[in-house]
Amino acid sequence: MAETQTLTLHVWRQKNANDAGRFETYKAEANEHMSFLELLDTVNAKLIEEGKPAIAFDHDCREGICGMCSLVINGYAHGPRERTTACQLHLREIFKLGWKEIWVEPWRANALPMVRDLVVDRSALDRIVQAGGYISIRTGSAPEANQMPVPKDVADRAMDAATCIGCGACVAACPNASASLFTAAKIAHLGLLPQGQAERMTRVRKMVAQMDAEGFGGCTNHGECEKACPKGISIDFIARMNRDFLKAMAAARDDVKTP
Amino acid sequence: MQKTLTLYDTTIGKKAAMAASGVILLGFTIGHLSGNLKVFSGPEAYNEYARWLRTVPALLWGARLALLFAFLVHISSAFQLWKRNAEARKTRYTKKVDIATDYAAKTMYWTGPILLFYLLFHLAHLTFGGQLFGDAAIFGIEGYTWEPSNPYNNLVRGFQHWPIVVPYVLGVLALGTHLFHGIYSMFQTLGVNHPKYNHLRRDLAIALAALLTLGNLSFPIAVLAGYIEPTALRFNFPELL
Ligand code: FES
Repeated sequence: MAETQTLTLHVWRQKNANDAGRFETYKAEANEHMSFLELLDTVNAKLIEEGKPAIAFDHDCREGICGMCSLVINGYAHGPRERTTACQLHLREIFKLGWKEIWVEPWRANALPMVRDLVVDRSALDRIVQAGGYISIRTGSAPEANQMPVPKDVADRAMDAATCIGCGACVAACPNASASLFTAAKIAHLGLLPQGQAERMTRVRKMVAQMDAEGFGGCTNHGECEKACPKGISIDFIARMNRDFLKAMAAARDDVKTP
Repeated sequence: MQKTLTLYDTTIGKKAAMAASGVILLGFTIGHLSGNLKVFSGPEAYNEYARWLRTVPALLWGARLALLFAFLVHISSAFQLWKRNAEARKTRYTKKVDIATDYAAKTMYWTGPILLFYLLFHLAHLTFGGQLFGDAAIFGIEGYTWEPSNPYNNLVRGFQHWPIVVPYVLGVLALGTHLFHGIYSMFQTLGVNHPKYNHLRRDLAIALAALLTLGNLSFPIAVLAGYIEPTALRFNFPELL
């Protein structure tokens, strides 16, 4: 028999950006095999039955790969389990901690404005990628794979950075609401590979400028982002971004423009 | 409107300016401590060192201006980043758990200003005390008067009085805490990282912070324990500020 418990949820409810927002309290029947999102589903099922507006929260894949889920659960971005997205957080983890009362909040950062309840607008992250997180190539037939050798350890490191699912937990967890880890990962996964070299120096300049223009805070090297990241992306990538950026600014021949 | 972006316009540039000026200031604290350890070699050695520092006024003032500049850069970049960071999250969390942040990192915005105030106090009682207080007791502390050309006695006498010792100890502890985060942070900010050597960044931060804290605390301890006493010797060298 699966263990069940009654949990008290204090969920952030906010109609839109102009609404002040408040916590509302719900009782929910929790089963140890449920994910945290499924727990919210049960609350929503009841709310809909009662003719009340359901809690809005982002989700899509529910298997930890799309980066849509975005809940701060009792003060932890994506909940208390390391390297786990909220959708992959099973309630048995919550039972283990003995939590009976849980506060659920959205990502909080000016650069990620409120949409509704637990949903925030993360397009600022998309704009950082649009600023330079790509490789300009002529498309055509696929090149011969062995033409461009990539050492295994380099490929692995690029992959470590590329595991970023863009959820924004790093911003949510950062005391300064900084997007440094996100931006650094997006810079590194291209900058490490041979195909990314041509634009490496312009890319870092453009993406950092965009990151700043979006109103994120700066990095103070506290390391919260790395711990909150569901993919465990290391802050070593932030150091790498800093190094590339300082180099790129020093070496720039043309004027660097703000976005 | 697009405008030209300078390094200092960016968050990373400001942070790098903070790190680079921090390196200069750290260098000074190390030099300052190693010089002051001469107090354990006796009054002649200590006062000779003080005189020697002043032999080339151009160098002395050059160093002072460089330090002043480093301070201004350090403080203004810190202030600007602090303001930006504080404003980056208007709606605060009701519940927020810090998983990785340590005490030193969290208190940087406190230890910084504490150090600044302490520095002014420190300068007032040990550097321009003579000019400031003349023959009057320094900070009104009875029996603590300025002896021209005798920095040794000025130091030792100070630590015989609690109103000097207490702020000094607090200042030194703030320095150690500030450096514990600052030194590690400096490597990260300037992009000095390599998985093989990264643990050394923290080790070095701990070692230097501990060295500077204990080294600087050794002076009041030695004086209060009676190991170091004021000297009756007279010294005479031109006192340049
Ligand atoms: S819903 Fe896709 S990662 Fe959680």
